[in-house]
Amino acid sequence: MITKRIIPCLDVRDGRVVKGVNFTGLNDVSSPVELAKYYSDVGADELVFYDITASAEGRRLFTDILCETARTVFIPLTVGGGINTVEDFDRVLKCGADKVSVNSGALKNPQLIRDASRKYGDQCVVLSADVKRKDGEFRVFAKGGREDTGLEAVSWIKKGVSLGAGEIVLNSIDTDGVKGGFDLEMLEAVSNAVGVPVIASGGAGSIGDFVTLFTSLPRVDAGLAASIFHFGEVAIPELKSALKARGIPVREV
Amino acid sequence: MVGIVDYGVGNLFSLTSSFAAIGAEAKATGDPAELLAADRLILPGVGAFEDAARALRETGLADVVTEAARRGKPLLGICLGMQLLFDVSFEYGEHPGLGLVPGQVRAIAETIPAGLKIPHIGWNALHFTGAPCPIFRDLREGDFVYFVHSYAAVGCEAHTAAVTEYGAPLTAAVWNGNVYGTQFHPEKSGRVGLGILRAFCETEVEAC
Repeated sequence: MITKRIIPCLDVRDGRVVKGVNFTGLNDVSSPVELAKYYSDVGADELVFYDITASAEGRRLFTDILCETARTVFIPLTVGGGINTVEDFDRVLKCGADKVSVNSGALKNPQLIRDASRKYGDQCVVLSADVKRKDGEFRVFAKGGREDTGLEAVSWIKKGVSLGAGEIVLNSIDTDGVKGGFDLEMLEAVSNAVGVPVIASGGAGSIGDFVTLFTSLPRVDAGLAASIFHFGEVAIPELKSALKARGIPVREV
Repeated sequence: MVGIVDYGVGNLFSLTSSFAAIGAEAKATGDPAELLAADRLILPGVGAFEDAARALRETGLADVVTEAARRGKPLLGICLGMQLLFDVSFEYGEHPGLGLVPGQVRAIAETIPAGLKIPHIGWNALHFTGAPCPIFRDLREGDFVYFVHSYAAVGCEAHTAAVTEYGAPLTAAVWNGNVYGTQFHPEKSGRVGLGILRAFCETEVEAC
């Protein structure tokens, strides 16, 4: 049976890994290439590189780092951040990315999902959504969680899938950085609404949070986290052993 | 030298890098002479079968691959590159393949129970069938590899080297003499995948 995936996320600015808490207060953690190799060795199933660079120079550093990583790490790599055009897909795919995640770029221009999936296949296009409760509904936010789009999350994500998104990353702004567990209510609403893989993001604080995620929501395919992995609060081999002990299929290395 | 058949479909960066990582000389090229001179060939592929089959024919490389395989050169098809080895695919119509491995390619939706997500994407375990396949010499039963596909080969039981379970057994790898195919991506399957590529590079070459 297909295994549940554990995915460390590396937020990269100017070629270095950083991680914010509720999207502010960034701390430099480590070198992306070293961190990626480490994660691959200890059993990460996939890696997400998220480019939070604003400048052209920072973007060039990012693609250099990506190419260097793809030369030494042989697990699937997803790249997100600053993806606004099909040319942006091309830029990161040529550096060894396997999937590309779109967020604000798709909100501005939903056709980007269709154009990219036609060109590279649905499996290549990941729709990432930053979602927060507002006025009694799940609301999609743009620009790293700063701008309310007014869009209801489940309908936006369903639209994204119909346009060709092959996978969803659902990041709950409400639980992100709090380390109190994944946003099960939000994840349930989204995973019941779509037939493509859903990756849970935002809120993991312990091994138990991943166990709860996969036991209570069998339709969720993967769990993504950053700082708890980067700071060693959760070790991937122990996490996988704990999941396996609870009967959740995982890949052990 | 390992020749990676470049017919303009897909991205060969990871594949080229993975051979570099195991210390094997490899080159992505669309030059028939270079491919015919290579010791072994890799047939990659992503996207739709029809587009890839057409690109392979229009570049003249379908004949090169077929000729090389008939002459005994080891050939490994990966993902869509494996599907191209078969007689026919029923992905959006009916399209002929290279006919190097008997069998056909059909939607996995026809095989697996309803309710399972398609594509079959992620890490799944290999279960070996039949005689031990040389490219899996360093693997253990149940080793995990990375899959991304919505179509799979059927009717190729005599040549199936490994299956994977996704509600039903799906063809994961085939082997017909010097022709090998993996539905999964060895170049994205960590150490296990690199072990497969290394073993492929060390398979016996009978005649070129």
